[in-house]
Amino acid sequence: MPLFSIFDISSSALTAQSQRMNVAASNLANAESVAATDGETYRAKQVIFQSAARGGEPTAGVHVTEVVESQEPLRLEYNPSHPMADDRGYIRKPNVEPVHEMVNMMSASRSYHANVEVMNTSKQLLLKTLTLGEN
Amino acid sequence: MFDKINATFQFHQEALSLRHERQKVLANNIANADTPGFKARDMDFSKALSTAVSRHRTDQQGAALTRTSAHHLTGNQSSTDIGASLKYRVPTQPSMDGNTVDMDTERTQFADNSVRYQASLVMINSYIKGLKTAMQSE
Repeated sequence: MPLFSIFDISSSALTAQSQRMNVAASNLANAESVAATDGETYRAKQVIFQSAARGGEPTAGVHVTEVVESQEPLRLEYNPSHPMADDRGYIRKPNVEPVHEMVNMMSASRSYHANVEVMNTSKQLLLKTLTLGEN
Repeated sequence: MFDKINATFQFHQEALSLRHERQKVLANNIANADTPGFKARDMDFSKALSTAVSRHRTDQQGAALTRTSAHHLTGNQSSTDIGASLKYRVPTQPSMDGNTVDMDTERTQFADNSVRYQASLVMINSYIKGLKTAMQSE
């Protein structure tokens, strides 16, 4: 129903932003996950946003098209006593940048707030419209 | 007499539906605040409203329903064709990723639009109240 499509727009943004926040949380949680080989090591992930508008329609919200992995080099750390160290004594740590993730999370939560506010305002307006002419 | 009542309601209806459309456009801007390459849009409201109102005045046909008899209903179309009146915002602080959403502007406009939407509602309500008072016997 077109009258309520404003909720679809805001809720698409809420979904997208919370997915972004999930990815940031996952990155932070795995910041110290050590693995033995390059292939097994966790890599920082990032969501890609795209406007959901297709040909002609002016408003459609936003959606996450894919989650990409960062191609930055992994952090090599010299620690021969570590059980997962390779034959040269290095362990591989994820290429997660904690500062980067924190900033990402803050930005996501701000955007989430803004969209919740939009939704609340729209809800109030629609409720008032429903009582039109009653008093 | 009903023509006049209709005309007044018509105006308010157009205003209200345009305000709602604008609300959607602004909500879409806020939703896409982090989308790379997204261009913020807005509506030239007074122009859109005057177009919508004058369209109703000049041709009462609205959406062209095929009429084979003069007694058939015309089926007036409300102003949903807003694509033409949408303009792209001129960015004050362009960003590297091509996104032109300025959160401050969008939120200000959103609040402004909601207040004006409510103003429209209040006016319709008082108009209805006036009509009711006029129709009642003492």
